[in-house]
Order: sequence, then C-alpha cells, then structure tokens
Amino acid sequence: MEPISGVPAVLAMLGKIVGIFTAVMIVVAYTTYAERRVSAWIQDRHGPNRVGPFGLLQPIADGIKNILKEETMPATANRFWFVLGPMLSIIPALVAIAVVPFAAPLPTPWGVVDMVVADVPIGVLWVLAIGSLGIYGIVISGWASNNKYAFLGALRASAQMVSYEVALGLALIATLMLAGNVTLTEMVWQQQQLDWWYAFPLSLAFILFVISAFAETNRLPFDMPEAESELVTGYHTEYSAMKFSMFFIAEYAHMMTASALMATLFLGGWDIPFATWDDAYYWQGQYISGFDEAGAPIAASLAAWKSLATYAVFSLKTAFFLFLYIWVRWTLPRFRYDQVMTLGWKVMLPVSLAYVMVVASTILVLDYLEIPYGFVFGLVLTVVSGLCTLGFLFFLDRDRVIAGAAVPHRLDRPVRMPDTRVPGPAIRGD
Amino acid sequence: MGVQVKVIQRPEPGRTSYLRAALKGMALTFRHMVNPTKVTQQYPEEQTDLSPRWRGTHVMETHADGRPKCVACGLCPTVCPANCIRLVGGEDDNGNRYPIVYEIDEFRCIFCGMCQEVCPVEAIHVGQHFENAEYSRDRFVYDLDRLMEQDHPSTLLWDPSDPRSE
Ligand code: SF4
Ligand code: SF4
Repeated sequence: MEPISGVPAVLAMLGKIVGIFTAVMIVVAYTTYAERRVSAWIQDRHGPNRVGPFGLLQPIADGIKNILKEETMPATANRFWFVLGPMLSIIPALVAIAVVPFAAPLPTPWGVVDMVVADVPIGVLWVLAIGSLGIYGIVISGWASNNKYAFLGALRASAQMVSYEVALGLALIATLMLAGNVTLTEMVWQQQQLDWWYAFPLSLAFILFVISAFAETNRLPFDMPEAESELVTGYHTEYSAMKFSMFFIAEYAHMMTASALMATLFLGGWDIPFATWDDAYYWQGQYISGFDEAGAPIAASLAAWKSLATYAVFSLKTAFFLFLYIWVRWTLPRFRYDQVMTLGWKVMLPVSLAYVMVVASTILVLDYLEIPYGFVFGLVLTVVSGLCTLGFLFFLDRDRVIAGAAVPHRLDRPVRMPDTRVPGPAIRGD
Repeated sequence: MGVQVKVIQRPEPGRTSYLRAALKGMALTFRHMVNPTKVTQQYPEEQTDLSPRWRGTHVMETHADGRPKCVACGLCPTVCPANCIRLVGGEDDNGNRYPIVYEIDEFRCIFCGMCQEVCPVEAIHVGQHFENAEYSRDRFVYDLDRLMEQDHPSTLLWDPSDPRSE
C-alpha cells in the first residue's frame, strides 16, 4: 500500500490537525477535572461531582466562567507584553504535540495515512525547541506584570528551565543513540524491533527524563515559578479570566506533551506489548512489520481496527503519566529553591553525562561484538543500565543529596543555631 | 511562666532518605485515594444533625387559636445585647397585652439566645436552623407573622442541672 498523496493527503492533514487540536483541548480540560478528583480522593474528599453526571461537565462550566469573568489590566503593567505573554505561553504548548505519533498508520481507500500530524525529520528536537519557547511567555508576562512576585516567579522559571533542559537533553541523547534517529516514528519502530521498550535498556535515562520533565513542566515538587506559599501564584499573579485560563491550559498542555513524549520515547509509543501484529513502519517505499530470518522485509497488514487499538494503547500510556503527574503533585511537598538548583546542576547533569558515556560505550562494544539489534542487545543494555540505576538510587538515598534544612551534612561540623533572642531594653537600676 | 520551647529531635544525618520517604508518601496517598470512605458530607442531600442546643433563626410560639404567645412584656428587647428586637405592645378589650409590632433583625442578632432565656411565657425561641439565604437584605428583618410561620424545632436551653444535655 502506498502512502496517501495529492488532495486527499491535504484533507487528511487538515483532519488530523483539527482532530489533534480538539483532542488536546479535551484532554487538557479533563486533566484539570482528573486533577481535582484525584486530589480530592487522596485527601478523603469527593471532588467536583455536581455539574453533570459525576461532575463530568465541570470543565465546561469552568470554561464558561473564565470567559465571562472580568479581564483585569494592572495600571502599571506594560500593556503590549502583558497581553502577548499568555499567547506566547499557550501556542508552543499546543504546537509541540504535532510530532508525536499516536497510532499505527491508518489504511484508507486513497492510501495510508500516518497517524502523526507532522512527521518532521528533526522529530524530538522540534519538541525540545518549541517546548522551551514556552518560557518566553512566562518571562515576558512576569516582567510585564510589574509585580515583584510575578517577576520572581518568571526568573525562577527561566533558571529552572535552563538547569533541567540540560539533563533532559542528555537523557534524550541516550535514546537517540540507541534508536539511531530523531524522528519519533522511527523511535517507536526501533523499540518494536528491539523487543524492549527503552524504559528497560535505558532505565536511568528514563528516571532522569521523568524528573527533568517534571521540572520542565513546572509541576510539583518543582513548581518554583508559581510557589503559592512564597510568590502568591508567581508569574500569573496579575492575570484573570481567559488570560489566566491560557496559562492554565498551557501548563496542562505541556504536561500532556511531556506525558505523550515519555510514553513514546520510553514505553514504546503506540506499540502494543508482547505483540508484533501491530508493528508497522514505512521503509523504502512500503509498509513493513519486520524482517524475516534472511533479512527480507515482511509486508505489514494494516487495518483500521489495528490503528484504533494502538491508539487506545497510546492513550493509556499517556494517561498513566498524566496520573503520575497528579499523584506526585498531591504527595510531595515543594523543594526549596537551592535544592532544585543542587539537584539540577550537581546531580542530574553529571549523572546524565556519565550515563551517556556508559550507554555509548556499551553500544560500541555490542556493535564491535556484532550482536544484532534485538532481544540480546536489549538484555545486555538492560543489565548495564540496571546497575547504573541502582548506583544512582544508592547515591540519592540517605541524605546525600536532599537533606532537611537543620541537618548538618557532616557530623564533625556542629551546626551553630543563630541566637534569635531579641535584646530587651536595658532595665534601669539593674 | 516563661516561653516554652519544644526541641524537635531531627533524625541523625544519614538516617533519613528523601527517596524512601517520597515512595512511602506515594503509597500512603494511593491508599487514601482508593479508600472509599470519604469525609465529605454531601450537604443538600445529607443534612447535618444539629445539636439540640444549636441557636439559629427565631421561632415565635403560638396559642392553639393562632395568636402569638408573646405578652409584650418588653423583657426581650431590653435584654437583647445586639438591640435588634423592635416591640410595640398593645392591649386588647379583655386587657390582654399583645405585640402590635414585633420584629427581629436577624442580621444584627448575635444568636446569644438571651431573648429565649428571659421570656416569661416562653414565646420567643431561637431555633435549630441555619439555611437563611435571601435575595435582598430587607428580607432579613423578620416580622411577627414570619416568626410565627417558622416551623423548625426550637432550641433547648442549657439546663444547669444537666450541663451536658444528656
Ligand atoms: S438571640 Fe440574642 S441577639 Fe438575637 S434577638 Fe435574641 S437576645 Fe437579641
Ligand atoms: S420576652 Fe417574651 S413575652 Fe416578653 S416581649 Fe419578648 S417575646 Fe414577648
């Protein structure tokens, strides 16, 4: 079967764009709902259950409320940038998802439609580039608000983004080396070929990526930019109504993109576990599902129900990460700012750098021994990465990285508590 | 007595682990999440059991023939600390005193229950009721008819011989 071309291709593309945009908006809306429900359950409450059955219409009610609310404009704000900020924040958040493949290719009477909005050759780099553009929205709105809390939040956001982008990129390099390509469709295909999802042969990269993704999306325990207890709500302190809503949508869209990315990079994307009938990849002019013993390609049998099944699996994987985001948020308290920076620069960066070296050497050795890219290849990498992960966890354990504020790091250096007694007025005749 | 200082014993360095504590916390929150017993009361459907001594909006007791029990003695407007009872007393042909005007401003009322305590004929009562929402402020001045219409149970006064209402 041939890939779709001509006018139907354009129509299919438009359909995918509208479909994905709608899907993202709906998922974002219902992630806010899930967030409130799950947080309520965790705190032994019920959560929103009034609007519609089980409160399912709550996001719609919130949307209407946000549109109807009054837009405030602080008198001292810089009007142009103040209005531009939320837009700069929401657009990258919605655009980044475009390169993530979400199902197996769909056969139609006019040709095969790839289930990805834009399979650009730079793939994952697009996500990184667009994802980090979102910070401009935050910094600009923080500055334009002319409010010290908003400004501090914006500064923190940029510092945090810069710090964790490094670790994120380095964790990503491990996957790129293993897949040998940067497009996400190829990434999924390579995981199907390896018989291992990259979460196993690259377990440490997976852990580092998840931690960095939490920091990049400004979610707890890394939500420095909007730390309510210190900064009111950080960079969006001055925003109301739909402008605030845009920041909110952007945050959840980032979350969703990060979840979809983690699912694609480390959990095999739309790949159905323990099955090969769903595998499909456009290779040298045809769709194949693998290679036989002699190395000849096996043609893939595409079907609409297969696309649907793989789409369901992909949604499940993404939902799992979204749930993880929510679960972590309602469990862990926020880090101190210095802890965030320490973790970013003194732990994540060196560890990911060293790990990239380890993975590179292992792949080099495996290639040298001429072990084919397959189960055994993955097994060796899994063992090596497992050892690295254990070492990392051992290093992270027992106060070595994140310690309580009053705990001295060395026993031989006693902590001197500052003398906080206020000297009283001198008593006469004393 | 001086200021009491409580020294919290922190665990020794190297004895705590963020990682293990975090995982423990995740397990705890997950257990709470799947636990079906929730503390929320689904208010409009599930009503709260008010204490018998709950002091809410007032009730004026009536005789069997529908007349208010109040004899316009003027004790409750006198004792009311918030000065929110307006009483104009009158006398009928038989020489019985009755209230011509009896109004309570529920906005000013502090629900101390002293009007109920002081009333010699047990006419005015505070009641076990709290759902008082209205669309305008002037609806909060309850006149005599409105006070007589209230059908919620009236408050049990504190009894010194049974201090815990048992
Ligand atoms: S409850 Fe207290 S404040 Fe209210 S009307 Fe009676 S005496 Fe006045
Ligand atoms: S104390 Fe009782 S009888 Fe006297 S005016 Fe008040 S309600 Fe009427």
